[in-house]
Amino acid sequence: MGLFIAQILTGLANAGALFMVASGLSLIFGVTRVVNFAHGSFYMLGAYVGYSLMQVLPGMVGFWGAILLAGIIVGLIGVIVEICVLRPVYSAPELFQLVATFGVILVIQDLALMIWGPQDLLGPRAPGLKGVIRIMGEPVPQYDIALIVITPFVAFGLWYLITKTRVGTLVRAATQDREMVSALGVNQAWLFTGVFFLGCALAGLGGALQLPKGGADLLMDFTILGSVFVVVVIGGMGSLPGAYLAAVIISVLNVFGVTYAPQSTLVLMFVVMVIVLMFRPFGLLGKEEIAGEHGQVGEPERPIKPAGNRVRWLVAAGLLILGLLPFYSGNFAVVLVTDIMIFCLFAASLHFMLGQGGLVSFGHAAFFGGGAYAAALFVTYANTPMELALVLAPICAGLAAIVIGWVCLRSTGVYFAMLTLAFGQLLWSLAFQWGDVTGGDDGLVNIWPSDWASDNDIYYYLAFVLCIGGILLLRQAAHAPFGYAMRAARDSARQAEAMGINTKRIQWVAFTFAGIMAGLAGGLFVFSKGSIFPNELETARSFDALIVVFLGGVKTLSGGWVGAAFFEGIKDYLTRFEYWRLALGLSIIIVVILGPEGIVGSLRKAGERFGILKVPEDAK
Amino acid sequence: MNRNTFLKTLVGAAALSVTGLAALAQSGEPIKVGEINHYKRMAAFAEPYKQGIELRLEEINAAGGVLDRPLEFIFRDDQGDPGEAIKIAEELMTSEGAVMLTGTILSNVGLAISSVAAEKQWVYLAAEPLADALTWSQGNPWTFRLRTSTYMQAAMLAEQAAKTDAMKYATIAPNYAYGKDAVAAFKEVLTELKPGVEFVGEQWPALFKIDAGAEVQALERSKPDAIYNVTFGPDLAKFVREGTTRGLFDGRTVYGLLSGEPEYMEPLADEAPEGWVVTGYPWYDFTEEDGANKTFVDAYQARFNETPKLGSLVGYMTAATVAAAIQKAGSTDGDAIRQAFEGLGVATPVGDITFREIDNQATMGAFVGTTALKDGAGVMTDWTYLDGADYLPSDEEVAKLRPAE
Repeated sequence: MGLFIAQILTGLANAGALFMVASGLSLIFGVTRVVNFAHGSFYMLGAYVGYSLMQVLPGMVGFWGAILLAGIIVGLIGVIVEICVLRPVYSAPELFQLVATFGVILVIQDLALMIWGPQDLLGPRAPGLKGVIRIMGEPVPQYDIALIVITPFVAFGLWYLITKTRVGTLVRAATQDREMVSALGVNQAWLFTGVFFLGCALAGLGGALQLPKGGADLLMDFTILGSVFVVVVIGGMGSLPGAYLAAVIISVLNVFGVTYAPQSTLVLMFVVMVIVLMFRPFGLLGKEEIAGEHGQVGEPERPIKPAGNRVRWLVAAGLLILGLLPFYSGNFAVVLVTDIMIFCLFAASLHFMLGQGGLVSFGHAAFFGGGAYAAALFVTYANTPMELALVLAPICAGLAAIVIGWVCLRSTGVYFAMLTLAFGQLLWSLAFQWGDVTGGDDGLVNIWPSDWASDNDIYYYLAFVLCIGGILLLRQAAHAPFGYAMRAARDSARQAEAMGINTKRIQWVAFTFAGIMAGLAGGLFVFSKGSIFPNELETARSFDALIVVFLGGVKTLSGGWVGAAFFEGIKDYLTRFEYWRLALGLSIIIVVILGPEGIVGSLRKAGERFGILKVPEDAK
Repeated sequence: MNRNTFLKTLVGAAALSVTGLAALAQSGEPIKVGEINHYKRMAAFAEPYKQGIELRLEEINAAGGVLDRPLEFIFRDDQGDPGEAIKIAEELMTSEGAVMLTGTILSNVGLAISSVAAEKQWVYLAAEPLADALTWSQGNPWTFRLRTSTYMQAAMLAEQAAKTDAMKYATIAPNYAYGKDAVAAFKEVLTELKPGVEFVGEQWPALFKIDAGAEVQALERSKPDAIYNVTFGPDLAKFVREGTTRGLFDGRTVYGLLSGEPEYMEPLADEAPEGWVVTGYPWYDFTEEDGANKTFVDAYQARFNETPKLGSLVGYMTAATVAAAIQKAGSTDGDAIRQAFEGLGVATPVGDITFREIDNQATMGAFVGTTALKDGAGVMTDWTYLDGADYLPSDEEVAKLRPAE
């Protein structure tokens, strides 16, 4: 019994920092609709800033003052980020801002490394709270008790701010309909900035509060991000009590998981999330999402048309230059371009369902890595030749997509995205944990192409044919009646249904088709590298694809592969420099600000302005 | 100038420049080595390693280089991503003119490079990755490993544990291949040395996501006599703090794999645990009697104005090994270097090491000692250096573990 209570208390203490970070994310999303990937970075900054302040401020007052100050400072940093990076891109398509926040992550990572150095910092202990108290014989650290007490106060303060004050009323109004709020004369820009301050300050506070239980290190931005998203979604986007409830549930369950099923900790919270979303598609205390692509900000999307003759010639010339690459360039260029083409196919497959179908997936790597693993497993255990494995990879990925799509498509919007994330994570942990079959994180090695294709140049042509073919096929599908049905389902599900389109089935097929193409890319990947590791199933890989799709331009047909080629190319170049993350992050931010319609969309616009491209009649 | 003369001049000039280059190559063209590591993702570990390499390179080149040519390392960041590392390996070997590859800390990246090295017949010296698979189950003729493997270090600790009366052990290790290998090896060797020991609890926190309070409660619940710890980095710091606060370590000996390395000990400062039996690197304790160890530590501190980590030593030994291998090969030909590595002897700060012909593992050992607090910092006391050669399975067993060549 004593142990049981002690375990619950441990869980409650852990819930503290988690709740603060999650509530900040939830607030920001609710009002600005920005999915702030950089939220983990603000948490990390909170820890570092708090650490530095505690070195200068002495005693008990200094300690708590440092935590409070850390929150305020991080909130101000958030304001700078909001004004400089996010304000210029609020009018861009929904979720585009997450590309900008991705750039912010990279910048903060390198700045933190520059300022605080590479070594982990151990957080100072709280003065006066260093010991334990005994509850029914079980030791419970005093600081845990402090956290258990503080968290509800913060939660209550937030609740009061949101429900009882004028600022809170405005925030709630903006959450429901921000156009209406600004029409009523509220300065929306400063409301957004204010919310960003509050959200980032909460993240910073969370980071500083956990110092006595850990410290500051350069990996903590990503380590918390997953659990924060899970908490926000389980609680219901935008719901503060929901976030608190979810943080407590996840933390307490985790403590029991550690004790009674120690291996389960990798997936436990994702399993919980899938179960919750199966029964409550909008989280425990969330409300149905009203907004969405329908009637959103920005220019309406243009109807899709086959490319004009000029563009066709351009593409043909480009393909010719690419096709002759092995004849005029060195071996490494061939290897690099093979890599890029594979990533382009992967990105194009995500772009297809995201751009045409409006299905934002946070877990597309499940199919890329899934295809790669399928090929690798067939080669390792059945000695399958490469040719057959390259057929089986997309088939297996497609089968996975059928199952995963069936579950995920029960939800929509951000909840759909989070379900795909959860499945991506489940697949990852399967590959990670099931060491006897998948080799765990030691992966599967020695998976090389058949003899005829083992030369880099030959493999280049194989990848060339399959990747370019795949991208053209995806493009063809967008022009086919199926593509029209997808866009109808995306833009107005109700009208599409009324016209006799089974929107769910259309989306399901699109999801599967995208999965198949990602699986093909994965199959090509594994034979080009000769090995496969769980990294290819990680959420980071899904986000890579997501970033480049937005970077290239969602509302264009070629955004996926253009963004992918740009991103991979610039990354390959920049990683040669010491502070490449800073440079890459800044480049992303600059591209995002200069071209809020993505690379392709902005180039098209520029081309039209300078008379290089013809402006279509219906866009005039 | 008519066309024929022009062409002849051109050919002549080309021929001249080619021979000129060849001549230059013999006198001063540097020998390049491709070094791939996670310089950003694991900066705390990779930087000291890089400095170790640089220190040794400066010494080598000041003494005339290798084969009368300067030795040069090309440092590249792979972001900790195996696919990226393979791409970089390709670039280094085919367009940068590297003669062999070194590097990596993460085992999966090491395995990825080792696989491509075998396929393309490039020599790869895996400097820091610890996975047993690298030289055993996934071993290949082109991959050599410098650092003391997981098995060897776990065996050293198991030997210490077998000397005590403790019978009930609990383990805590990060939930990935390294942690699993480390626990399996410890169990295997300890059970062999002391049949009857019992493993009463196994904890597997996710790497860098430890819920330290819960882990400590779970370990306490299994009431072990002793604890075997494999966690490291931020996980270790959290585990130590919660464990100390909640009294988990009172009256129990803890065996900590790598826990004594300065990389992990220094961040703990005055909260470093006392009385743990660990593998590590007690650079602060070296005296004149320790000879080369002391020389290296002094040179490193003089050059970089900071204290060495274990990574510094490994980096230093990596550069020394590469130089020795190329010197022995007498050329920069890949196959010649590979043959030179078989049975290669290298003089290093910790003594002479040999690359075993049977599994391409170097016999580098480890320092084993007991932790204590001294002047507000964790140190190792009563340490000894154990030779790695004594902590490897018998040749017959190794032959069974490794795929036939």
